[in-house]
Amino acid sequence: MAFNMDPKKCPMPTQDPMVRNKNFEEVALGYTAEMAVNEAKRCIGCKNKPCQSGCPVGIDIPEFIAHVAEGDFEAAYQVINRSSSLPAVCGRVCPQESQCEGKCTRGIKNEPVGIGRLERFVADWHRENVHTAPVVPASNGHKVAIIGAGPAGLTAAGDLAKMGYKVTVYEALHVAGGVLMYGIPEFRLPKAIVQQEIDGLKKMGVDFECNMVIGKVLTIDELMEEYGYEAVFVGSGAGLPRFMGIPGESLKGVYSANEFLTRSNLMKAYLPTSKTPIRTGNKVAVVGGGNVAMDAARSALRLGADTVYIVYRRGMAELPARKEEVEHAEEEGIIFKTLCNPVEIHSNEEGFVKSITCVEMELGEPDASGRRRPIEKKGSEFELEVDTVIMSLGTSPNPLIRSTTPGLETNKHGCIVTEGDEGKTSREGVYAGGDAVTGAATVIKAMGAGKAAAKAMDEYIRSK
Amino acid sequence: MFKITEKVALNPTVTKMVIEAPLIAKKAKPGQFIIVRPFEDSERIPLTVAGYDREAGTVDIIFQIVGGTTMELNSLKVGECVHDFVGPLGRATETEGLKKVCVVGGGVGCAIALPIARELHEQGCVVHSVVGFRSKDLLILEDEFKACSDELRIMTDDGSYGTKGVVTAALDELVEAGNQYDLVITIGPLIMMKFVVKTCQKHGLKSIVSMNPIMIDGTGMCGGCRLTVGGETKFACVDGPDFDGDLVDFDEAMARGTMYRPFEAHAREAACNLLNQEVK
Repeated sequence: MAFNMDPKKCPMPTQDPMVRNKNFEEVALGYTAEMAVNEAKRCIGCKNKPCQSGCPVGIDIPEFIAHVAEGDFEAAYQVINRSSSLPAVCGRVCPQESQCEGKCTRGIKNEPVGIGRLERFVADWHRENVHTAPVVPASNGHKVAIIGAGPAGLTAAGDLAKMGYKVTVYEALHVAGGVLMYGIPEFRLPKAIVQQEIDGLKKMGVDFECNMVIGKVLTIDELMEEYGYEAVFVGSGAGLPRFMGIPGESLKGVYSANEFLTRSNLMKAYLPTSKTPIRTGNKVAVVGGGNVAMDAARSALRLGADTVYIVYRRGMAELPARKEEVEHAEEEGIIFKTLCNPVEIHSNEEGFVKSITCVEMELGEPDASGRRRPIEKKGSEFELEVDTVIMSLGTSPNPLIRSTTPGLETNKHGCIVTEGDEGKTSREGVYAGGDAVTGAATVIKAMGAGKAAAKAMDEYIRSK
Repeated sequence: MFKITEKVALNPTVTKMVIEAPLIAKKAKPGQFIIVRPFEDSERIPLTVAGYDREAGTVDIIFQIVGGTTMELNSLKVGECVHDFVGPLGRATETEGLKKVCVVGGGVGCAIALPIARELHEQGCVVHSVVGFRSKDLLILEDEFKACSDELRIMTDDGSYGTKGVVTAALDELVEAGNQYDLVITIGPLIMMKFVVKTCQKHGLKSIVSMNPIMIDGTGMCGGCRLTVGGETKFACVDGPDFDGDLVDFDEAMARGTMYRPFEAHAREAACNLLNQEVK
């Protein structure tokens, strides 16, 4: 078979930027079969599989891509499915440039193979073309509980169900999915895809109990002692938004990105029929540079804002968001005010945001995170006229589990302390993973943690 | 889905509902709250627990019909279900070790004050209750307060029942008559709580206020319910809803409460039209 030696990835078809910045439909339209086969042929099938070592769930990437190159998409899907339970999600939201694609041999001199795009293609192809009823695994007679129906919890639930466990997933919100539902917008991850993944788990016999805030309505101790769960996985995420602590942060028109996105995504405030209000304003400043900041900025634009700024204290090169999200945001007309930090928010007579005072920054020596530390330029203050400010500065783990589970060790940031890579906590039979352990990270890392914990929980129960 | 087992109009604008929610009923404590969505497409709103029956497995909510969502909720009948009912959320009111307390409630806030007064009374604490309403028509829970209060003062703005005047006048009078309280617990409109706190400060009394800001998830995720308390940002849903009255920035809380006023007016009108159509 001839390799495709094109130095560049096959481009991803997308909605036109000036059209899509006014709708909530998916931005990237996905490869055609022909594009996928062509792109798959760019893979040279390295023996040592560097890409696989970059994948938090260890998908055998060269093997699945070889099947795509042959046009056997279902075989490709089965390879991915061995390691990942949410490929349609990961193909869309993984930061491939710092994971699989970052290690791709083709990427040394040219663009890496479009692994994420191929993963997405394979998952979408399977969803649209293969309709076999999922196999309900034979019961092994053991019960486990999962707390939190986000990426970590869904992955752990899927893996444990496949092993024959009776799995119950407890979710605090009224729908399952966690950040995939309340955080990531429709235009980046259609909710129907997430729902289909959840429905798949239900068909495998996984029970979902929504509206259940564990720590409040039931404690972990009660789940284990009274409900008979032999092991519990905590994947409660990092939901608590951070604020800057600058004057004016409580004015009307200042949102946390979590609130803004929850209103828009979970409560569907972007639809005219929604009963949950959202106040977008005309000129919006989103403070922060991660994926969540990009999601908030691009949502604001779609909700009707004229001008949307990303205000970030480091430079363009330091933006922690996925490269593709930054590119898409720029194409859609988001204005990047980098090396810039807000110091105060001002209000009009009615108490609504009127402007923010920002200060220019420059980059100094690298800090503990290895990134160059931003330093304020003295006397560089300037005024940015905006009527909405969205704070996207990261999140901390939710306190509800740690404050109601005696003996569950947490660190000074409120993250659950685990031993090794398998999510074992200081409480016997209690495992944890995802943002609840690491603080805010990525969907795929949470999935990797859910997977490792599922394996460890199985070993624990079988050794009892 | 959570079944409504009882529904009573306490006055023309305030409704009590008893909801079947056995797990929540087992855990709920005075001062905690519930997130309710009447229908699948409704907004999520916080309502404070107004009572519970652990054996029957029910939780009481009392709400004022003020906007679109409470109108939707009020359109449901006994035997029908509310779509979502989540709780018990927030911290319970700390009542342990208190010997003599004055509970000050205003309007529908009295519904939240009642379980606290009841719990204090059951613990053997001396309870003085001051409840305020605009007029006699809006009076609620008089007998219930009588049953758990060593002294009860009813105030109305127009003097149509009890004593004419505001709740702070009754509080002043009680303190000036020589009553010393370990704590004053107040629940009602923000402006009322602000002035109750001021009155307490004048007399050197400690106060606890119950805050009810705009919320979405009620579990610490959105930050919409944030308040400034003692110069720090606090979330009413996980750090509260009770806070030290001396430390709460009431002016800021009042301003934040008006953020969606135009939207709310519109939603109320839309709900009115819709519900009226259904009646026809």
